[in-house]
Amino acid sequence: MENTAIGKSQIRWDAVAKVTGRANYTGDIPQKEMYHGKIYRAKIAHGMVKSIDVSEALKVPGVIKVLTPDDVSSYSFPTAGHPYSLDPKLSDKADRKILTRHIRLYGDEIAAVIAKTELAAEEALGKIKVEYEEYEFYLTPEESLKEGALEIHEGTKNIIADTTAEIGDLETGFKEADILIEHDCYTPTVQHCQMENQIAYAYKDVDGRWVCVTSTQIPHICRRILGQAFGMPWGRFRVIKPFVGGGFGNKQDVTIEPMVVAMSMAVGGKPVMLDLHREEVFACTRVRHAISYKMKFGFKNDGRIVAGDILAISNNGAYASHGHAVVAKGGGMVTALYKVPNFKYHAMTVYTNIAAAGAMRGYGVPQISYAIETFMDTAARKLGIDPFDLRKINMTKAMEENPLLHMTQYTMGLRECIEQGKERFQWEKRVEEVAAAKKAGKLRGLGFAAFAYTSGTYPKGLEAAGCRLVLNQDGSIKMMVGATEIGQGSDTVFRQMVAETVGVPVDMVYADQVTDTDTSPFDTGAYASRQTFVSGMAVKKAAEELKEKILLAALEFAEEGQEAETVDLDVKDCKVIKKSDGSLYTELGDLALKTYYHLNKGICLTADVSNKCIQNAYPYGGTFVDLEVDKVTGKVKIYNILNIHDSGVIINPLMASGQVEGGMTMGISYALDEELRYDSSTGKPLNNNLLDYKMPTMMDVPDLMVDFVEIPDPIGPYGNKSLGEPPNCSPAPAIRNAIADAIGVDINAIPITPQKIIEVLNAKDKEV
Amino acid sequence: MLKKINCIINGEPKEIEVDVRESLLDMLRNRLHLTGTKQGCGVGECGACAVLIDGNTIDSCIYMAVWADGKNITTIEGISKPDGSLSDIQQNYVDKGAVQCGFCTPGFVISTTALLNKNDDPSRDEIRRGLSGNLCRCTGYQKILDAVETTVEQRRNSKK
Ligand code: FES
Ligand code: FES
Repeated sequence: MENTAIGKSQIRWDAVAKVTGRANYTGDIPQKEMYHGKIYRAKIAHGMVKSIDVSEALKVPGVIKVLTPDDVSSYSFPTAGHPYSLDPKLSDKADRKILTRHIRLYGDEIAAVIAKTELAAEEALGKIKVEYEEYEFYLTPEESLKEGALEIHEGTKNIIADTTAEIGDLETGFKEADILIEHDCYTPTVQHCQMENQIAYAYKDVDGRWVCVTSTQIPHICRRILGQAFGMPWGRFRVIKPFVGGGFGNKQDVTIEPMVVAMSMAVGGKPVMLDLHREEVFACTRVRHAISYKMKFGFKNDGRIVAGDILAISNNGAYASHGHAVVAKGGGMVTALYKVPNFKYHAMTVYTNIAAAGAMRGYGVPQISYAIETFMDTAARKLGIDPFDLRKINMTKAMEENPLLHMTQYTMGLRECIEQGKERFQWEKRVEEVAAAKKAGKLRGLGFAAFAYTSGTYPKGLEAAGCRLVLNQDGSIKMMVGATEIGQGSDTVFRQMVAETVGVPVDMVYADQVTDTDTSPFDTGAYASRQTFVSGMAVKKAAEELKEKILLAALEFAEEGQEAETVDLDVKDCKVIKKSDGSLYTELGDLALKTYYHLNKGICLTADVSNKCIQNAYPYGGTFVDLEVDKVTGKVKIYNILNIHDSGVIINPLMASGQVEGGMTMGISYALDEELRYDSSTGKPLNNNLLDYKMPTMMDVPDLMVDFVEIPDPIGPYGNKSLGEPPNCSPAPAIRNAIADAIGVDINAIPITPQKIIEVLNAKDKEV
Repeated sequence: MLKKINCIINGEPKEIEVDVRESLLDMLRNRLHLTGTKQGCGVGECGACAVLIDGNTIDSCIYMAVWADGKNITTIEGISKPDGSLSDIQQNYVDKGAVQCGFCTPGFVISTTALLNKNDDPSRDEIRRGLSGNLCRCTGYQKILDAVETTVEQRRNSKK
């Protein structure tokens, strides 16, 4: 039967509210007599607080309280937006306290002010006096791992984790190889730059519980972490998420919620708001892990990989947050793309004194894709094999099991992505153009890079989701999900799913404006590109159950003379129809009304399901790019760039292409512009603002092409695989490969800034 | 120190008491509850707080509230038509998928309104330049460009 809602470009339900300014984000919801909180942050990168003097701060008119580490809960808690683990060995590191005397990064949280106005709170911050004992600080793993380095967290040797995943036998593999190729590369510390900064407020509710209204990707996880931070039963907290102004992983972490609840606790439960500045978000929330890779692979002359050795060292900054999970994910993504019969993936995650690294769109995969795909390009040149052919020779196939993730993939569309992508990109024509441009002395180049991703975190992490549906009196449906809308459009997609499965138009399905741990079914939240896939399963299950109940009710309420025993019914466009001839059996609205108001029979129809997903599906795809390097300025101009994705069935093409465009843009600036930098003499961030940190404007982004290869995946609830994070994974290596093609030199550390290019070109000139 | 100012906001004359240290953004959000105007940086870098002052796009976070005395100000709440229907620009942002998280959207709609008032036939490059003071992390700007170009085209066609 033809789809009615899936695969259609549905407009997002909240768009009108957003273009008129009526959508309420956390900071837009007025509270009576709200106090304002501010955090006093360390002015050194590593050391101990010797003394804190708050006496002058307390004298500022409007200041209610100043909190020091002695005044707040001292439980250690983890912050990562991972589901709780029943196995303590697998729990996230609980290395955070609400306030600290042990300073581990520039901007660490020492004290907090609560005042009647933001201005008074700011003024008071300036009057707090802190004396420090300063320690040596470390900005890179190289520094924090050196002999005799101080421990940032006691008893760790500055290593969060050090793991090795292996397949086959590396040495035997290397012996079989005809050629060994080595490759080192580096990906930098970058930041999410979601447009809405971290913001939350907290108060004690009339029932005596603590409510935290916050811009988060993980309401249910946030509630659990609040319980851990205060050593209180989790049910004593309620977390509410209004509209969220973007997250990209920055809000898949609990960064300010314990603090703002502690502030409210300090003032008897009055509402207190904590609204971070952009500079604080950059310096003190979360960043992407910088990772350096050392790689050595063995090939047969025909291009087959026989062995691969990767060492990945990840800079986790001052606190564990998501920690080792990010770099550890890389190994399985290599084996998702390519068959490496003898493989060693050695990953290490290291504490330093920079901002804590957590989840960021792609979760370690932009990094590993950069490593493996720049490597494949370099290797192809050394082997004298076309880079597409080298990939095809080594690519995995559908129905194969990933030897590191132990999950079978039912679809694998990279081959199709390459074929369709080449055509769409007009690759052959561009090859000629680029050759002609090169002849004319231009530094023009072409590049490609592939990626593999996952849909959710299973089997590493729990994948649970819930959905509740209520059939309203008019036949419309109220949908409640614990999955978290943060701008990516999940609620719109879930509405399409309900509409498709039940048989009503999409605009008859209503989403919630907030996610509320009191009323939204349990779901772990917005991350791992899991929601359309994992939460989608719960939505489908609930929709099927509701439809089943509707059909039974239709029979229960059959009119006299209407056949009720053997008839096969369906729901289509708000009508219960006979399957045999499509004729009307009863209007859904009429039926719903009877279920509510008939004196003696029927009940209001609801479905309330929870679902555990014990599957995964890997989306694939890649980026094609055509660019030119300006010899004089070192600037890169992108002429054409295409992302093509195998994400299974696309639920909403308009919103899907929007996801891809946003992800591509992040990937482009990852390659060329972005890096959060630190002053090596003070440990202070140098560019923690939107002016100096080069986030792209509209002038910096070229026209983007997007395409999909739609191979229905049997695991996905509607044949779909994940899409949110994948677009960010392959642009950077594709751009680097194209630059290498253009200038004839491999630059392996991003961002590839004009300065780097000019230095390389100058050095090349000298050689000649 | 508090000071009284008089200005027109979304067509209505207002008399407002403001702190002399307060930004126009804070005045709009905290005193008038016009929370459609957003704060993304507070220092003039992102355009989320854009409003129209006498027809020009201004970052309200770096514009003192007291300077608004005697000015004609339009916020996102004043962009829709009096009957509540969307302006053509708003409608195209909705239809073209130019809205994701929506936090940048009010600022973009304001900047687009001013841009098209001043130049009714901007090229793609002129649109890029005209809206480069507004940052968006979600969309990659493509669908925003689509929405603006569609508006230009519709206006051109309706003139014919
Ligand atoms: S908030 Fe005004 S420009 Fe960013
Ligand atoms: S839509 Fe999210 S920042 Fe623009």
